[in-house]
Amino acid sequence: MAQFLLLLRDNPANFGSLSPAEMQRIIGEYRAWAEGLRSRNQLHNSNKLMDGSGKIVQHDGASVTLKDGPYAETKEVVGGYFLIEAADYAAAVDIARSCPHVRPGAKGSIEVRQIHEM
Amino acid sequence: MPGATADSDVPGLVDRLFRREAGRLTATMARRLGPGRLGLAEDIAQETLARALRVWPFRGVPDEPVAWLHTVARRLALDAMRRDTAHARHAPALDMLAGPPQLPDAAFADELVDDELRLLFMCSHPDLSPEMRTALVLKTGCGLSVDEIAAGLLRDRTTVSQWLVRAKKRIRERNLSLDMPTPDALPARLATVLDAIYLAFNEGWSASAGDQVVRPDVCLEMLALAERLARHRITGTPPTQALYALLTFHCARLATRTDTDGNLLLLADQNRALWDRALIARGLATLARAATGDRLSEYHLLAGIAAEHAIAPTFDDTDWASIRTYYDMLVETSPSPVHRLNRVVALAMACGPLAGLRELAMLESDDALVGFHLLHATRGELLRRAGRDAEAHVAFRRAFDLARSEPERRFLQQRLT
Repeated sequence: MAQFLLLLRDNPANFGSLSPAEMQRIIGEYRAWAEGLRSRNQLHNSNKLMDGSGKIVQHDGASVTLKDGPYAETKEVVGGYFLIEAADYAAAVDIARSCPHVRPGAKGSIEVRQIHEM
Repeated sequence: MPGATADSDVPGLVDRLFRREAGRLTATMARRLGPGRLGLAEDIAQETLARALRVWPFRGVPDEPVAWLHTVARRLALDAMRRDTAHARHAPALDMLAGPPQLPDAAFADELVDDELRLLFMCSHPDLSPEMRTALVLKTGCGLSVDEIAAGLLRDRTTVSQWLVRAKKRIRERNLSLDMPTPDALPARLATVLDAIYLAFNEGWSASAGDQVVRPDVCLEMLALAERLARHRITGTPPTQALYALLTFHCARLATRTDTDGNLLLLADQNRALWDRALIARGLATLARAATGDRLSEYHLLAGIAAEHAIAPTFDDTDWASIRTYYDMLVETSPSPVHRLNRVVALAMACGPLAGLRELAMLESDDALVGFHLLHATRGELLRRAGRDAEAHVAFRRAFDLARSEPERRFLQQRLT
């Protein structure tokens, strides 16, 4: 088994027009999905990243600079991640496919990356 | 494993939690920010729920979901007030918001109910038009989106949005307050609240358009609102008890109103064994409490009729004579097309289809009723019972052509074959 990081990207602005009942239903879908992983001992950890409060630190050739970003309003950002266990990439991708984050009508995307073992 | 707690059976995430909290969050924020900022209060409620949608999938549902939501709403409101350049004017509200987060104890729960009722009174204010009231109650009391309200009321989205925008403008212009009505104004103000709830309930009970004829979620939401009003020390008057009893009887047979394919089932064809006996018992107890006043409201009569149906062992063994008497009284005070038609049905059940057809003939000359599909469906039913099948077919055909919702059309289609 190997570990994979599922990076869930979305645009926070996409959530504004859902009705309360729809929002609760979608949360229930995520809950069922995570519960399935947990019952198979495939879920290590999951966390939400704060929206719209990130900083970017980089060397611009002369010195280390600091700027705000990425801006949630303008594009998709990483909203959170799931650290999961899967046999291989194909199995990890299958798990990502079944995530409500990519349900019909959802505008988010999932980046699947394997954790380097050694 | 932080964030991966077992949350499969969290008791807090009850059915309709978000619907209920959408209304409560709006109500609480409206009281704190002022009625003129109902739009902002609604935005904060929506943003709070959206925040939960973004966080809970990763972190799990919190142990105290309601407290979580109200704490987030408070923070969002503070942020909004700080961004507001004119925030100095709202300093008192800001102070109130800055208070320590309240725990979901009994006092907090009472406060939430009070806030909700205040908002309900404002949303049903006589200064607002009936359309505005229904839309506002569905939006704030029931947590329905504009699209859902538009579908329920058979209007387009733009029209419903405009009602809501105009309603909020009028609330600001007329300075409508979130205070509870004074005791002398209470009966009249409460009457508009009850009417708004009953109207909204009827939208769920018999959706006027679309492919879903019954919206149980709307019905149950309105039942819950009526229950809170009925239990409240100020609003639990006899007419309120009567409305609560009426909605309880209706909800007791909610599950049998359609078959498994979503087709409408007539009262005569419903499986009475599936009616919710506990709800019927509660309805009867509530109706007894409603009988303490000196005034017979429309809801008393309607609840009386619903009670007769609820306790009847079969359709034929229903006490149709009593029901007819209730309808006689009802059409005197409120001669709506539905009441007049139902009176004819009760009369036909008590005195036979021919007597019913004679009464119905008098309604057919009425312009308000001639385009009403249920009138023609009723005539078809009575003609069929009288053995006049050819005439019945013509009546059902007419009803079919006039019906608007898909299940109603399917129902009439069956009568045509």
